[in-house]
Formats: sequence, structure tokens, C-alpha cells
Amino acid sequence: MSKQQLTALIKKEFVLEFRQKSTLAGIAVYIIATVFISALSFKKIIHPIVWNALFWVIFMFIAVNVSSKSFTQETKGKGLYNYIYYNARQFILSKILYNMLLMSVLSVFTFFFYSWFVGSMVEDLPLFLIVLIFSSTAFSGVLSLMSAIASKAGNNMSLMAILSFPVLMPLLLVSIKLSKNAIDGLAWSVSANYLLVLIMLNFVVITLATLLFNYLWRE
Amino acid sequence: MIKWWKILAALIIVYTLIWGMLGPVPKLNILYETIRNVYYHVPIWFAMLFQMGFSVVCAVNYLYKSDLRSDLISEQAAQVGLFFSLPGLLTGCMWAKFTWGTWWTFQDPKLNGVAIAILIYLAYFILRSSITDELKRARISAVYNIFAFVMMFVFIMILPRLTDSLHPGNGNNPAFGKYDLDNHMRMVFYPAIIGWILLSLWILDIKKRISILKYNAENE
Repeated sequence: MSKQQLTALIKKEFVLEFRQKSTLAGIAVYIIATVFISALSFKKIIHPIVWNALFWVIFMFIAVNVSSKSFTQETKGKGLYNYIYYNARQFILSKILYNMLLMSVLSVFTFFFYSWFVGSMVEDLPLFLIVLIFSSTAFSGVLSLMSAIASKAGNNMSLMAILSFPVLMPLLLVSIKLSKNAIDGLAWSVSANYLLVLIMLNFVVITLATLLFNYLWRE
Repeated sequence: MIKWWKILAALIIVYTLIWGMLGPVPKLNILYETIRNVYYHVPIWFAMLFQMGFSVVCAVNYLYKSDLRSDLISEQAAQVGLFFSLPGLLTGCMWAKFTWGTWWTFQDPKLNGVAIAILIYLAYFILRSSITDELKRARISAVYNIFAFVMMFVFIMILPRLTDSLHPGNGNNPAFGKYDLDNHMRMVFYPAIIGWILLSLWILDIKKRISILKYNAENE
């Protein structure tokens, strides 16, 4: 499998996304509205645990929303075309990489608005951003595969949520734990173990997704 | 025809039920007589994990060989595993009530892990029921099964070792094996593990035969 093909596939994703700006704008509005609603309903968040939990719940819903559409646009004809020209590994990798990039940007975007409206409590910003990026990549890895499964099973939105929420749980808990450490401004040595687990989970998720997608793809 | 291991399973379970209640146990603070639950609670979890692991092995086998029988067994094993989570949960809740003072706590990673495992397998059955074509269903659910099992494994086996758990053997709590499990208890505990796993295999065997008969009847 060549690198050129992979980059071509990722480029295709970007072109498609920017050709239809409404979906991207839709996600941005979704994020701002969600953050605004939570800011209005909570008024002021005093407790860091509440701040943390609310942020990650919002993050999870955005991640599911963003990734769920990655396979819904695939029509039968397009699928056949891709099947002839690319192999499964390239195809899923391109989806995962694209989702990773998109989700990383969107998560920082969400964090920005969240700190603006609700107020920031993070003491250790670098650690928080690292956690945010690595969680985004791991989430997109899981959700790309789940989206593929849901689209094969008839494309309904609730199935996507049912399938992915329990599977995302270990990731979410590690992220919450790490970001709590970042909020409290604890020493990095405290978080090292969890950070290692998060990075390891990234590898596990991507490897599994690339291996298993091969079997999903064949009709 | 009755196979020998089925008789063995029945004998072992009757033995552990009776001798588990009557046999001598060490007197420990907080635990007292509830330590006998170790004969029932732990082996039932082992049986559940065994069945779920078996389900994944069958799923992998299906992806390699595309034999629908493996898919049938994989589904049945997941059902048996889910079924075994109920008595495991019940005995666990009762034990928790008497030793930790609460039926359920969200602080313990193992309890959360079990809740997630149940959710994962419920999602698995919902996924199966939403696909009508049986070859497609087999393939897609096998993929989900493998992926979900690995994530669950991370949840149950790796995360509890990082955080504190109320369970023995985690977060500076002593494991049973180190101090408490004396030779009398071992005589009941180890057979109990084998007995419950054999019983779960027996249930699986019956369910497998029923499902194959059903499958054949539908496709005649």
C-alpha cells in the first residue's frame, strides 16, 4: 500500500468536507449551542469535578456526532469504486486519520468555548491539551470502526450510540482521571502511568480497527 | 448419551455447595462467615469470563473460516456469559452489603467493569437483532465482539491495577491467596472453579444443540 494513495484518500475527505460546508458549520453551531446551554443551566461551576465531568460528557457527544457521519456518506457505488482501487487498511486508516485531525481541532475548539462561557479551572494547561489530543485520537479510532459497523447494520443513529458508549468507557475514564490531574496541577509523574495507558490504548484501537475493518468491508 | 464431564460438574458443584457451607474457614474480622462466598462469587465470575472469552475465540474462528456454526456457538456463549453475570452480580452485591456496607458503589473499578461488560453484551445482542442477513450478521457481530472484548479486557484487567479497588488484591488490599486462603479453603475453591466452568459448558452444549436444530429446521 502506497503512501500516495493514503494521502489521496485523506485529501478526498477534506475536499468533500469543505465542499459541503454546512456539515462543518453544523458541528460548530452544535458545539457552541451545547456549551452555551450548559453555561446557562449551571450558571457558575464551583466544583472542579463537576467542571471536568460536564466537559467530558460534552466531548463524548461531540465525538460521537462527528464520527458517526464518516461512513453514512458512503453510497453503494462509491463503496464499489473504493473497493476496486484501494485496500481495506488504507481506507480505514484514511478515515481514522481524518477523524483524528478533525476531532483534535474540534476538541480544542470546544475547550476554548467551554473555558470562555463556563470558566476555566485548568492549572496545568500543557498536560490538559496533551490529554485532549490523545483522547481525541483514541476516540476517533474507536468511533470510526463503530460508525462502519453501524452503517453496515442499517445506519441508524441510536445504534451508533448503543454500540460505542460502553466501548468508549475505559477511554473516557482514563481521560477524566488525567484531566482531573491537570486541573489540580499535580506533578506529571503522578499522571505518567495513565498517560502511558492512554497512548497504549491509541495503538490498540488503531491496530484493531485496521485489522477488523478488512472483514467488515467485504460484501 | 450422558458425558462423563457433565456428571463430574454436577458432583463438584454439589460438593462445593455442601462442603462450602459446612467446612472450616479462618475467622477474619469484617469478613467472618461471609468468606464462604469466595466459593460461589469468584468461580461464577470465572465461568462468565470463560464463556465470554470462548465467544471471542469462536468469533475469530468465524472470521477465518466463515463457518456459520462458529457464529452460532459464539452467540450462545455470549448469552451464557451474560446469564452467569447475574448470579455473579447477586452474590457480589450481597457480599458487598455485609462487608462494605453497601449494595453497590461506583468507586470500585471492578463493579464498573462488570456493568460495562453487561452493557457491551446487550449492545452486541441489539446489533445482532438489527441485521437480517445471517452471513452479514455473523461477520459484523464477530467484529464488534472482538473489539468490545479487548476494550472490556482493558477495563477489567488493566484499569483496576492503576486505581484503588475495594476488592482484595488491588490497591494495597491483600489478595486472598496470600493470607486467607488456607488449605481447607483451597480444597473447595479450586474444584469450585472447575465445577462452575464445566456447568457453563454444559449449558452451552444444550443451547448449541437447540440452536443448531432450530437453524436446520428453518433452512429445510
